[in-house]
Amino acid sequence: MAQKVTIEPVTRVEGHGKVTIHLDDNMNVAQTRLHIVEFRGFERFVQGRPYWEAPVLVQRLCGICPVSHHLAAAKALDVIVGAGTGHGLTPTGEKMRRLMHYGQMFQSHALHFFHLSSPDFLLGYDADPAIRNVIGVAINFPELATQGVLMRKYGQEIIALTAGKKIHGTGAIPGGINKNLTIAERDSLLHGAGPLNIDQMVAWADGALQFFKGYYMKNREFVDNFAYFPSNHLSLVRKDGALDLYHGVLRAVDTNGNKILNDVDYQDYFNYIEEDVKSWSYMKFPYLKHLGKEKGWYRVGPLARLNTADFIPTPMAQKEFEIFKAHTNGKPNNYCLHTHWARLIELLHSAEVIKDLLNDPDLQKDDLVVKGTKQKEGVGLIEAPRGTLFHHYRINDNDQIEMANLIVSTTNNNEPMNQSVNFVAKKMMNGQAQITEPMKNAVEIAIRAYDPCLSCATHALGKMPLDIKLYNATGEILDHFKS
Amino acid sequence: MSEIVKFTIDGKECQGKKGQLIVDAAADNGVYIPVLCHMRDLIPAGSCRICTTKVNGRYMAACTTPVDEGTVVENDTPELLDIRKAIVEMLFVEGNHFCPSCEKSGNCDLQALGYKYQMMAPRFPYAFERRELEASTPKIFLEKNRCIFCKRCVRVIKDDQGRSVFAFKGRGKTLQINIDKKLAANLSDEMAKKAMDICPVGAILRKEVGFVEPIGTKKYDHKPIGSDLKNIYQ
Ligand code: SF4
Repeated sequence: MAQKVTIEPVTRVEGHGKVTIHLDDNMNVAQTRLHIVEFRGFERFVQGRPYWEAPVLVQRLCGICPVSHHLAAAKALDVIVGAGTGHGLTPTGEKMRRLMHYGQMFQSHALHFFHLSSPDFLLGYDADPAIRNVIGVAINFPELATQGVLMRKYGQEIIALTAGKKIHGTGAIPGGINKNLTIAERDSLLHGAGPLNIDQMVAWADGALQFFKGYYMKNREFVDNFAYFPSNHLSLVRKDGALDLYHGVLRAVDTNGNKILNDVDYQDYFNYIEEDVKSWSYMKFPYLKHLGKEKGWYRVGPLARLNTADFIPTPMAQKEFEIFKAHTNGKPNNYCLHTHWARLIELLHSAEVIKDLLNDPDLQKDDLVVKGTKQKEGVGLIEAPRGTLFHHYRINDNDQIEMANLIVSTTNNNEPMNQSVNFVAKKMMNGQAQITEPMKNAVEIAIRAYDPCLSCATHALGKMPLDIKLYNATGEILDHFKS
Repeated sequence: MSEIVKFTIDGKECQGKKGQLIVDAAADNGVYIPVLCHMRDLIPAGSCRICTTKVNGRYMAACTTPVDEGTVVENDTPELLDIRKAIVEMLFVEGNHFCPSCEKSGNCDLQALGYKYQMMAPRFPYAFERRELEASTPKIFLEKNRCIFCKRCVRVIKDDQGRSVFAFKGRGKTLQINIDKKLAANLSDEMAKKAMDICPVGAILRKEVGFVEPIGTKKYDHKPIGSDLKNIYQ
């Protein structure tokens, strides 16, 4: 008898969603779907607002990575105020924003690893869910848990000193930034009290990465076989092919590493990317236009970034990048759980970039804003912790926003997350009549690897606990789990 | 020379000039009475009522009532504080105020009074009035949703022939602040800045300079409203 399994809500991810798994008469998985059930509509209610309000208003989409929205919107508005993109800003303007962004990346990646995913690594994927959480980590691995909290705190301090406050600041303004970094502020980050200094952060980031690699060596078979599926990968890269999380050109590679989007200017993203709408989810499905819906979907985020970039421009992370690349003989890495590995390499890279920026005297200069000839339309892209984030605005003659289009990282990862769920469901549930705890957790682990922010993806608010339902062919609930 | 009179505020002995408005005399004696519509040296409007005090036992607006010899003013009493809190709440529900993305946040007198009176959720239902934005003048973005009808802009921002750039339109529920587009077209940067500064809320915004002031440097970022008695009334 055919059945339907519903997992709702999914836990330890940002936002709220559910999974349904349809089983056919032979109890094999026929279809899986990750439904995003939140809706907000920021693109609509930003219409009519003065354009300079967008970086402050739209970041309210998210309490997790508001900095990414703040900066993506500011980058779009740089174009509108005639400051151009990327290097069009003053050195202080650009570097302050970079510091804000890498601080955000550092705290977000630390949060994801230590608070959201480490319970699975440290306590075991099949451990009792009552202890497989951040509290379990705090009790059993107090030192690691403390590091996680302090790394997040450090990243948040950077955000406060660049954006004005830890959450929902106002630092980035069209054409630049509204403050520089004083010597005292800089020194508090370089040589702060106790462990809150940049050298300790670099060391801890490296420690987390080495910990994961150690775990990987012991559990290689599980990690590699968990959810492997080929896909395209998309991200910004610096013009010379380096990993750059703040600015660059748009590149996509296929599963063999061939460039299918060759370093194009993202101002024209709509020539390359289209979004599909499906009736069962509020989240859209973006794909590369020239490849079509079926073949054009792609992954974004840490794994995709390390697949598209040619190198990492900081020494420690570059060394780790080489080890990471060697694992797949230089080809794109399609192992879903290697996203954690890639994320930790980025964590280390972010710490190194922060250190370089803090030692750069441009941060103390006063030339903060650039403006030129006003434009009617602008696009801002940034590599948010979870992947490429698109902001696109058009204004009218009265400086009011008349059109906004946002494609957030998690939306870009919509199809890959569905693919992962499908892969795991088939592997774990084919032929099963009952939902077991490892099955439920496996589905969540697959989603969690993307560190999805479902609130952002539908521009919605909430947290995402897990709910799974098992239906038979007539729609009767056979089994139900709710966390 | 005007005659000096003695009066008390909450029992404190004060001195002022006969006929001086109670709010101004209080400030001169180091006592804060909140204001939103009042500005020193302007003809009083008495429109917001946030300065409600008890004068010789009767509720009076301190911005329209003069001091006299022996006037007894009650200012800082639980009853008056609650009345003021209720007024702040009414002003919030009557307009459409969204502090999180308002560039006046930190410089806004209404928001600062909300904090001062520890307003949580307003006790009144939201009116959700539909008000249009006026964005078509070159220097000013008029956010009518946030206007509290203090009339400061109408009284202060004038062209060189003394004509008001701002004016009220409609009555009662339909009352709205308006800007004269012709006069606004010739508004200097200085006057546009002044208009934004004197507006006690975020209704008058200068175009293109939003959020240029970093968090931490705004009027009420470090000290609550009423701490700086010399500058509260401009
Ligand atoms: S626009 Fe501002 S200054 Fe003018 S009446 Fe309204 S609140 Fe008062």
